Order: sequence, then C-alpha cells, then structure tokens
Amino acid sequence: MWSKLTATEGRRGLLMVSPPLVYALLLLAFPLGAIVLFSFWTQNFMDVDTTFTLNNYREIIEKPIYFALLQRSLFVSGTVTFVTVLLAFPVAYFVSFHVRPDRKSLWLFLITIPFWTSYLIRVFLWKVILGYNGVVNTGLLNIGLIDEPLTFILYNVNAVIITLAHAFAPFAILPIFVALEKIDRSLLEASLDLGESKFTTFFRVTLPLSMPGLVAAVLIVFIPTIGDYVTPELMGGAGGKLIANMIQTQFLALNNAPLGAALAIVAMLCVTAISLLFVFLNRRYLRGRS
Amino acid sequence: MSLRIYAIAYLIFLYAPIILLPIFAFNDATIIAFPLSGFTTEWFGELMTTKALHGAVQNSIFIAVITASLSTILGICAARAGAMYNFPLKRGILGLVMLPLVLPEIIVAVSLLIVVVQILDLGLSNWTVIAAHVLICTPFCIAILNGAFQNLDPSMEEAAMDLGESRWSAFRLVTFPLVMPGIISSFLIAFTISLDEFIIAFFLTGANPTMPVYIWGLLRFPSSLPIVMALGTILVALSIILLTIAEILRRRGMARVGVKDKGGFL
Repeated sequence: MWSKLTATEGRRGLLMVSPPLVYALLLLAFPLGAIVLFSFWTQNFMDVDTTFTLNNYREIIEKPIYFALLQRSLFVSGTVTFVTVLLAFPVAYFVSFHVRPDRKSLWLFLITIPFWTSYLIRVFLWKVILGYNGVVNTGLLNIGLIDEPLTFILYNVNAVIITLAHAFAPFAILPIFVALEKIDRSLLEASLDLGESKFTTFFRVTLPLSMPGLVAAVLIVFIPTIGDYVTPELMGGAGGKLIANMIQTQFLALNNAPLGAALAIVAMLCVTAISLLFVFLNRRYLRGRS
Repeated sequence: MSLRIYAIAYLIFLYAPIILLPIFAFNDATIIAFPLSGFTTEWFGELMTTKALHGAVQNSIFIAVITASLSTILGICAARAGAMYNFPLKRGILGLVMLPLVLPEIIVAVSLLIVVVQILDLGLSNWTVIAAHVLICTPFCIAILNGAFQNLDPSMEEAAMDLGESRWSAFRLVTFPLVMPGIISSFLIAFTISLDEFIIAFFLTGANPTMPVYIWGLLRFPSSLPIVMALGTILVALSIILLTIAEILRRRGMARVGVKDKGGFL
C-alpha cells in the first residue's frame, strides 16, 4: 500500500502536500462554501431558517446604509492602497538600488519589525499621536504653526486612512523590493548608453519592469484592508465606520449571521471585481507598451 | 542622497507609535497625552498584580505554541513538496494553501464562526482560535521555509538513500539539520503572529479571552490605559527579541544551504 503511494514523483509530491491541502480544504474551502450557503438563509434570534431566500441580498440593495458603508470602505481601501504604494515605492527603490548588498537584509528587517508588533496597541497609539492633546497637535502648537488643535485628523475617515497606511506599509514595500531586485541592471546601463536620461530610463525601463511587484503590492494591501474593523472602530468616530464594522455587528451583537455573511460576500465580490479589473488594465497597459 | 533622507523619514514614520510606548509606560500620569509629568514604574507593578491578565497571557501563549508547531509542520510539508516534487495541480494546490495571506481576516473569522457554531454546533474555545491561527500562519511559515528548502540539492538525500538509508532517515539525517534554522525561524514568526492576532481571535475566542482580546477590553477604560502602555512595551520588546532571533536563524539557514540572501522572505 505504502510503496504504491510513493511509487511515482507525482504521488510522493501529492502525499507530501496533502496535510496542508487537507487542512486548507477543511478549514478554508469548506467554511467559505458554508458562508455562501448561509447567506441565502435567514436567522430569527437563535433559530436558523434554512429555506433558500435572496432576502439578505435584497435588504443590502434596498437599505442605503449598506451601500454607503460599502462605498466608504472601498474608498478608504483604495485611498490607503494608493497612498501606501506611492510612499512605499521610493523606499523599496532606495533599498534595492542604493543600499550596499550586505546591508539590504538589515533594512528590510527594520522595515518589517513594526509590522509584527502589537497591532491593537499600535492603532491605539495613533490616537495618541493624532488626538486633541496628541503629539501632532502639541508639537504644532509649540512651534506656533497653529493656534488651536487640529480636529480633522482624528475620529474621521482621514485618521482611518493614516493608520491603515502605516499598518500595511511593509506589505507594500516587500513585493516591490523583490521585483526591483530581479531587474537586470545591465538593461539600465543599456538604456543610458542608448541616450536615455536617468529620468526617462526610470519611466521606460525600471517602472515597467517593476510592475509585477507593484501589482502584488496593490492587491496585498487593497484586499485585506477591506476586512479591518479595529482601525475604523478606534479611529473612525461615528462617521468613519466601515463595512467590516457592520459585518462584525451583525455577527456578534445583532445575531443576524446570515445578513453578516451576505455582507461579507458582497464586500469580497466588490474587492475581487476591482482587483481583477486592475490586473486586467495593468496587463493591457504593459502590452500596449511593447 | 535625498532618497536616503526620505527612507530614513519613512522609518521614523513606521516607528513613531512604537517609540511612544515606553515613554507613556514610564510616565507618571493616568492620561496618555503630552506634556509628560514624571517617571514611575507603577504601571509595570500593576501588571504583576492583575490576575485576569495573567490568565489571558497564559491562554495566548498556549494558543501561540500549538499554532506555531502545527503551522510549521504544515509549512514544512508544503515547502518541501513545492521545492522537491512535481505533481498534478501543483500551482492550484499551493495557491489555495497560500490564499489566507491575501484573504481579509474577517472573512476567515466569520466563515469559521459559522462552521463551528451553526453547522457543527460546537462551543468556542482556545482550539477554535488555534484552528484559525494555523490557517493564517501557515502561508508565512511556507514563505520562510521556501528559502530553506528551495535551493537544497536533492542529490544529497538521494546519495544517502543509495548508501542504504530509508527515505525517512535520509530526510532526518541529511535534510533536517540543513533546514533546522529555517524551521525555528518559522516557528518564531508563527508564534509572534498568533500571540498578536486580534481580528480573528475576537470572533472565535471562548470564555477565556486571549491577550489581545483582553487588551481590547481594557482600551475602553481610560483608567487602564497606562497599564496597556506598560504591557505593550513588554510585548514589543519581546517581539523584537523573537524576531531578531528568527532573522538570524533564517539567514544562517540560507547560508547553510548555500543561498545568497536576497533579504526578506516575502
């Protein structure tokens, strides 16, 4: 039996990969299927009614609150992605092109450390930084740049965007860095030899070649940010709540898991659709160039 | 030059919240704001006497140790299969296993919640948190272990088998020592992720909260914020130590199999 299982390379490989595969099927694929099924059911307090219905989706479409939250969530995730990737690119470029090879790991290590440490407390500390008596306000007051504390930087969407952009920074830097590292440096020399300036070489050679990393960075920031409810809860105030807060409330406070499931699915579908559109447009852009 | 200045400014931005932690942890005031009022170690003392916290810490460590062990074992299987074998549907299978890396955590949390509570009709406990944490930690373990397994020369194990070792003993005697640093590194990273994870734990935790869930409760009470700062300082120091060890081992492991370190593991 055993010798039959390990007879060919393909079988040995499948056998080897089967523990993580079975785990992912049982605890990822199956639950994702369950959540889809659940979204077509209804719940009345503790009893779940398993007759197929589109009521949850109808409610999401009909009540403007869900649409508003979804729209705001997508706006926040989009802005966070744009800001994060834009700020991260020069750092990745610097580490890849200007840091001595033996120092690169150290830089990457320094960049990733804050990412691993106490997410909750980090978010809370942004409150301390951006708050009414916070670091930014006391600092600016002391320098005399402002006369009274700024209030537009806490308990609104801006605060959520700043905090999320901070939390996801390493996620954006690492894929861009990897893509930049793969660029054959002689191509840049060739471009310079052929009369391009440093500036045009960057836009015509470096940037297009780093596109896979940029796309990965965009996706790895855009998709997970839609599911964060901690930052909007702590930083967003009344007007800064997002779809993830609503999903959380439906599940834990309102005991309406089917509606929560439907909301989660709608949010995921929107994010996936936008991501696919982005990848598609990016491919067209790259193809158009060549 | 200006790029260097920008990169350093960016690092300061990244570290800004963490630098504030010890400042307020030792500040003799109950309000977390400037100006500072004096030095105290009172908040650390209070940590020692808070019973509920100790329970939460024990829970979290239990969850993190089991999560780190399981996800490292699953990571070894996936990384080894990915590096040494060709098999049908390889990309699809590895893609599915890596999927939690980009999946919003709330989706993982609610889908498991539905399965555990509504379909299996089981209660929530530390084990439900562990089940979810293994799922999200495994992709990180695979990413780290790939560095250790990918450039391993398969002919070394083959040589051991030609010389009479079984497939398993060849792995244990030849490959295992070579990838050991990567394995410990993967364990430590998974441990750190699990210890710190809140979004999923909040949904799946049972009667006994994990440490982040406990901290979340504290954040609502202004009077307990200085304790949170003290706790945070300890946690950050601990994470930095663990991550530094993990990084050193990861690099040693890559050097052992003769890979040029390209820096970072993602």
